[in-house]
Amino acid sequence: MSNPRPDGVTPSQTVGPYFAYGLTPNGKYEWNDAFTGNLVTPDTSGDRIRVAGVVYDGDGAPIVDCMLEIWQADAQGRFSDPQDKRAQPNNSFKGFGRVGTDGRGCFAFDTIKPGVVADPDGKPQAPHIVLAVFARGMLLHLYTRIYFEDETANAADPVLALVPADRRATLIAKRTGNGVYTFDVHLQGDKETVFFDV
Amino acid sequence: MTLVYPLQSLAAHPARLSPAYRSTVKRSPTKPLIPMRHTLSELTGPVYGHETVREHDHDLTIQGKGEPIGERIIVHGHVLDEDGRGVPNVLVELWQANACGRYVHVVDQHPAPLDPNFTGAGRAQSDAGGYYKFITIKPGAYPWGNHHNAWRPAHIHFSVFGHSFVSRLVTQMYFPGDPLFPFDPIFNSVTDEKARARMISSFDLDNTKPDWALCYRFNIVLRGRNATPMEIK
Repeated sequence: MSNPRPDGVTPSQTVGPYFAYGLTPNGKYEWNDAFTGNLVTPDTSGDRIRVAGVVYDGDGAPIVDCMLEIWQADAQGRFSDPQDKRAQPNNSFKGFGRVGTDGRGCFAFDTIKPGVVADPDGKPQAPHIVLAVFARGMLLHLYTRIYFEDETANAADPVLALVPADRRATLIAKRTGNGVYTFDVHLQGDKETVFFDV
Repeated sequence: MTLVYPLQSLAAHPARLSPAYRSTVKRSPTKPLIPMRHTLSELTGPVYGHETVREHDHDLTIQGKGEPIGERIIVHGHVLDEDGRGVPNVLVELWQANACGRYVHVVDQHPAPLDPNFTGAGRAQSDAGGYYKFITIKPGAYPWGNHHNAWRPAHIHFSVFGHSFVSRLVTQMYFPGDPLFPFDPIFNSVTDEKARARMISSFDLDNTKPDWALCYRFNIVLRGRNATPMEIK
């Protein structure tokens, strides 16, 4: 069946307050999870890490009805997508995770430290995870990136270089334990997270 | 085929700060977003999740012990890119209120009955041509606290993955002719009338099943169009 050329994309609408039983049931609802915050399987290679944080609104209050999705390369910098020509078909690491925040606005992903991915000019980007943030009151999700404070490659990262120096810290997860990083998301305020127009 | 994702396509979306929808005031960034070139991180996306789609997940009327109450409907259509090509093998997730306008969610305190035979969650995978299909119950309108006597038009939430992480879409499908349209700040956060029309399903008599269920068609258009030779690096 052929379809006429559309006159534009379908507009985004908020995920609303009631998505959990469909998108992030996580044992609280009977529906099964398509995705969780655990990206690691026993045969995944790479350094195990946990990225955890809190999402805050403009009043500094934790957002308890937020959904976060991450997308990242494996430890060798390859994406589990055939559009990445270096992808390995049998790679068990899928690179995608989804969680809802809990009653305190907290979230956590268990994953591996991603490898280096080149930018369109072939210049290496520092290890990073792409993060999409959805919530009631957000008509269109926001994109940001999670970098890691113990990566010296941050200094030469072409995307971080686009960010005013005094806001760069909002994109860099702090190492708060062995393999544990803290990355809070502030939708507004002095510590407002840098979001990208992509 | 190389797809590109120009920022112009985003013009159809609502402004993140849409004060008539009150919750946006404290949940939209106040500083300008930073433009950047798409890298492999943005141009790739998850191509799996389909292993979680079970045979009957697209039929929300057979998940319980008995049949749910309400008007049985078929909702189907194509997931398309901006050139009108079907987007194959993508995960389409759906969630909605029951016929009385009540969600299963613990936070929903609307004093309308829950239906023990209806959870309101479904999942499907588009086929090789981008086609998807759900069987469900027509959701009811429900009140919310945004302003005095605020009611949401009947809608079904959709979550769709496309060819890349930047084609990710969460939206709501509405039903034609809903009298609540003029009063709903979420629907009207999309300011272009033609763009709003793309969120409204159309009644599909040809695929309405005699003596069984009305059918609605809802095509979902994701970002992504064929690159011109100039755009391929």
